Amino acid sequence: MKLSYFPGCTLKNHAKNFEDSALCALKTLDVTVQELERWNCCGTVFSLTTDDLIHHIAPVRNLIRTKQQGSDKLMTLCAMCFNTLKRSNERVKANQEDLDIINDFMYREEIKYEGDVEVLHLLEILKNDIKFETLAQKVSKPLKDLKVASYYGCYLVRPEEIAFDDAENPVIMDELMEVLGATAIDFPFKVECCGAYQTVDKPGVVADRTNQILTSAKKQGAELVVVSCPLCAFNLDHRQKETVAKFPEFKSMPVMYFTQLLAIALGCPEESLRLDLHYIDPKPILQEKGFI
Amino acid sequence: MRTNLSRRKLRDPFVTKVEELSGQNLLVCYQCGKCSAGCPAVDEMDILPNQIIRFAQLGLKEELLASKAIWVCASCMTCNVRCPKGINIAEVIEAIRQILLRQRKDHVKVEELKPSERGDVPPIALISNFRKFTS
Ligand code: SF4
Ligand code: SF4
Repeated sequence: MKLSYFPGCTLKNHAKNFEDSALCALKTLDVTVQELERWNCCGTVFSLTTDDLIHHIAPVRNLIRTKQQGSDKLMTLCAMCFNTLKRSNERVKANQEDLDIINDFMYREEIKYEGDVEVLHLLEILKNDIKFETLAQKVSKPLKDLKVASYYGCYLVRPEEIAFDDAENPVIMDELMEVLGATAIDFPFKVECCGAYQTVDKPGVVADRTNQILTSAKKQGAELVVVSCPLCAFNLDHRQKETVAKFPEFKSMPVMYFTQLLAIALGCPEESLRLDLHYIDPKPILQEKGFI
Repeated sequence: MRTNLSRRKLRDPFVTKVEELSGQNLLVCYQCGKCSAGCPAVDEMDILPNQIIRFAQLGLKEELLASKAIWVCASCMTCNVRCPKGINIAEVIEAIRQILLRQRKDHVKVEELKPSERGDVPPIALISNFRKFTS
């Protein structure tokens, strides 16, 4: 399986911990991924109006780059990239006229896009291609006694047409956590929106959600929350500063990418976790459990 | 709130435009309220999601264009996956935002954001915010 990899705008800076840990884990699993040589931002959000084709250019251009690399599969880590690329792909696959207009617009590209690339998220690759059973055998440091709540947010599971798990009750990350030896903690806010991009102009709204989401996870016994989106990560981790200012009784909670726990369980070095990029330091709980 | 209804409003081109941009048939909604029941943003909204659909059916253009709710919606798609009539409410709200943005009535003024607001947040937050709230 030749896999291309699309990092997106945030994995090279604020979410380097997401990228480094994922790449180390994939290497340990003997899965080769090739980053697109010339990728561009996907636009982060799928355009929702019927007449707006211009915002599908960026996603489709990345699909052309995938083909130019001789690949027909594009892996994403960020849930928003996944959603935007996959939804644009589905839209042009279902509308030949839209696809023709988009290809015409990019007439200087060497090849046309023909709807022949598949957009995949690492979570589904782990489950369907690498397989959880195989992964379980490669776990060298089981995450024993760690209680982890998986937060899915919006864009991995909605809308249903692009989701690889149930929109109301996704379990794929919980299953992964169990495979890694952790105890998966279910909680009622796992698909509740964190406020997303409201964080720029309405951080107070995000503080309300972060309070709700993390307090609920804590109540269910979670010691740590995992995410798959750099925007969720920013809101749930870094916005804890605003959250505690607004709700003094709020108890902090470390938030990590699922790939960081995967990397730990597969024996990746601590450098690949980039734990310096967190607001709430996950080190104490990881040290307490003897993982680092 | 006092609201006046009229044939003229019902047939306002605004209604057609909302339907066109969102790709939704507004009259399909039977006002069950399920979209509002599950919307995480209702606390901040002046007009709830089901009311947005109702107002759009009735051509209450001024009320919708002036509402705070359309900017609090984060297109989280919870309402869409739950609507028993298969209406994409998030697309309807996007259409109303777009009607304003296409007249360059931006919700977020990039030049007015403080350096800390711009500098501390990751690119994914800024890009998505500007994509949704600026023209
Ligand atoms: S859930 Fe659907 S049918 Fe019910 S009020 Fe909302 S839009 Fe209308
Ligand atoms: S898409 Fe908007 S209206 Fe619908 S549930 Fe989410 S925030 Fe509420």
